[in-house]
Amino acid sequence: LTCSSGRTVTACIYSLAFPLQLLSRQICVSSAAWRKNLAAAGPEKFSEEYIKKQVEEFNIGKRHLANIMGEDPETFTQEDIDRSIAYLFPSGLFEKRARPVMKHPDLLFPKQTAVQWGEDGRPFHYMFYTGKQAYYSLMHDTFGKVLALEKYQDSMRNKGLFTKDTRQMSLTGSRWLLKEELEELLVENISDHDYTRFLQLMERLLSMPYCAMEEEFVQRFRRQLEVQSSKQEIPAVQHDENGVAFSQAEGRRKTAKASIKLRDCGTGSITINGKSYLLYFPVLQDREQLMFPLHFVDMLGRFNVEASVEGGGHCAQAGALRLAVSRALLSFVSAGEMESMRQAGLLTPDPRVKERKKPGQAGARKKFTWKKR
Amino acid sequence: MWQIMNLPRLYHRLRLTARSLHSSANGQQVEKVAVAVDPDVPSQVSVFRTSENDPTCHTELHAGQYYTLPPAHMRTLFPHGLPPRFQMQMKTFNEACVMVRQPALELITCLRKADYSEPALRYVLYGEKGCGKTLSLCHVLHFCSTQGWLVLHIPDAHLWVKNCRELLPSSSRPGRFDQPIQALNWLKNFKTTNEHFLSKIKTTQRYVWTKRESTEEGRPLGELVDQGVSRVKSSSDVVGALLRELRLQAGGAAEGAFRLAVAVDGVNALWGKTTLKKEDKSEVLPEELTLIHNLRKMLRNDWCGGAILTTLSQTGSLFKPRSAYLPMELLGEEGFDNMDPFVPIPVSNYSDKEFESCYLYYLDRNWLQHPHSRTEDGKKELIFLSSRNPSILERLCAFL
Repeated sequence: LTCSSGRTVTACIYSLAFPLQLLSRQICVSSAAWRKNLAAAGPEKFSEEYIKKQVEEFNIGKRHLANIMGEDPETFTQEDIDRSIAYLFPSGLFEKRARPVMKHPDLLFPKQTAVQWGEDGRPFHYMFYTGKQAYYSLMHDTFGKVLALEKYQDSMRNKGLFTKDTRQMSLTGSRWLLKEELEELLVENISDHDYTRFLQLMERLLSMPYCAMEEEFVQRFRRQLEVQSSKQEIPAVQHDENGVAFSQAEGRRKTAKASIKLRDCGTGSITINGKSYLLYFPVLQDREQLMFPLHFVDMLGRFNVEASVEGGGHCAQAGALRLAVSRALLSFVSAGEMESMRQAGLLTPDPRVKERKKPGQAGARKKFTWKKR
Repeated sequence: MWQIMNLPRLYHRLRLTARSLHSSANGQQVEKVAVAVDPDVPSQVSVFRTSENDPTCHTELHAGQYYTLPPAHMRTLFPHGLPPRFQMQMKTFNEACVMVRQPALELITCLRKADYSEPALRYVLYGEKGCGKTLSLCHVLHFCSTQGWLVLHIPDAHLWVKNCRELLPSSSRPGRFDQPIQALNWLKNFKTTNEHFLSKIKTTQRYVWTKRESTEEGRPLGELVDQGVSRVKSSSDVVGALLRELRLQAGGAAEGAFRLAVAVDGVNALWGKTTLKKEDKSEVLPEELTLIHNLRKMLRNDWCGGAILTTLSQTGSLFKPRSAYLPMELLGEEGFDNMDPFVPIPVSNYSDKEFESCYLYYLDRNWLQHPHSRTEDGKKELIFLSSRNPSILERLCAFL
């Protein structure tokens, strides 16, 4: 039974008896009571009908969108949808989750359990009265499989075909579901203790010789680990027409971007945007920044640097150039020196950016004058 | 995080052979027991000093080496000519050592070979900021004065086009402006430099300053100068008259003939803009200043018997970008046309050998106190950070 507002009726035996009274009550209730009501209601519940309607609307909308963009509605994927929405509704918001989004309702609406009992009030599932029916049924199924495997083992032993070296499942590169993920799968709240018991049972299943038969079942509860994060990329050493070795690299700091070419010539000259570095950086500190990577690996007079840099102020440009020079040097330097460069902090891009100014304050951290009264 | 990585090294053993040849280690002596330059000595023993203090005898062999300016000469020749940082260095080191460099040698050779019956040749020293143009000019002036020339040295023409407190309308000509203070200072310095000439040269014409004052024909130049020094109001006109006299009498056939060296540092000021304003806030053009006008006449090559040595300078210049150093950029169209034809002499940063000798000089004077700066590594750092520019190197070593 659903009310006109579309809210599912809670497990209330009196719902059949007093719908009208509820409606009449709502009109003359005070605002304080309204507020309390809202807090106690919990997260909004959507009915199945509603969700189905949303799914239909989504599909129709997807076809409309494909027509708008001039593409084939049949082969319109979610990526295409995202692209089109970003094109049609450009947003300047920094928070990506606040931007307009069009996704399948299953992804947007939280999963909810459907009504668990029939019209006569009798629950469908036989484990309903445990309180956590999905969890216990899962444990029950898993244990059933364990018993089935043992039975199979015994039958193989009886036939005399029992071997320990059967095909094993590959568990490398994957991990068990986290507690939150399991909760999401079962659409139920689980305690830590329950989660631990679940993992123990799974491990017991895997410890049996013939567990490869249940591979599909087990894989449902495992997730792939992410690929190893990439190691430092060393720019390749190229040779120009005279046979001189050179390498290119880029670096960034705050808003400044620098890209350099490091040539293995013999003089120690550095040209930045066509000017000598003495003219471009009249401040000693900036020139020291430039000198740091070359001095660290003792190759001060060996390289010629041609650099182009834009954006930022003079310190940011010097920092960007320093990072670019360190990266370019990696191709001329041994692995041990690379490690020491990393420890010296030459290869780490500086993550500090200008902090945004907040409303109600004069700057990022500075507050307005505080007045006592 | 951006400190120089001071990996402490062992104390680098200096070229002790060079050190042992010089006497004091504390830099208290004024005159060192210097070693005569022997061409047979192998180049490993890099001696950075030479005992040859007479610029007349400086040759290619002495290139890159420091020679000492005798204090007596210095007081007469350069009451105002040396750059301020060099004067501070002189005070600290108790001696004035100038490096013999290629551009100066070139200029000296040109001066030696020039024909002085021809109109005066113009030489322009140009180069990047802080390369050593002014000091090269001073070196050449030392040479000129030892040869017995009359030295007319304007230390910085930029001082005459900016920061002038008193700007008087000229007494002799309408539409021109006088700068009494600058003219007075310059006359005093000129007097110190060329004492012995003042009594020998005589004026050729009568100059009337005011209703009551005038200088007759045939009076010694000293009187002219004293007139300018005592009567401040007419000092700019005195300067003009002085320049005219010298122009007329230089290189004459008479037995009192002398050669005239006109040295202007920062010659691009004469054709640039000024920052001076008239009472009605309109800008003063350089031509309207008496001093500049007369100096421009001096720089024309219509007189014989001398040479015009000039330097371009961006340091004091007005409205010129820092990266400008070529004659075309700094002189502008007008200036270039006026100065054309001239002999351009480029001055560049230190070469390896010159840097080496500068470094050794600072070490010898105990100027580089930091132990790391005495190592090879430190030297490389210095080369990088200063990019072999003399002035930047000097400023860098000042806090080491």
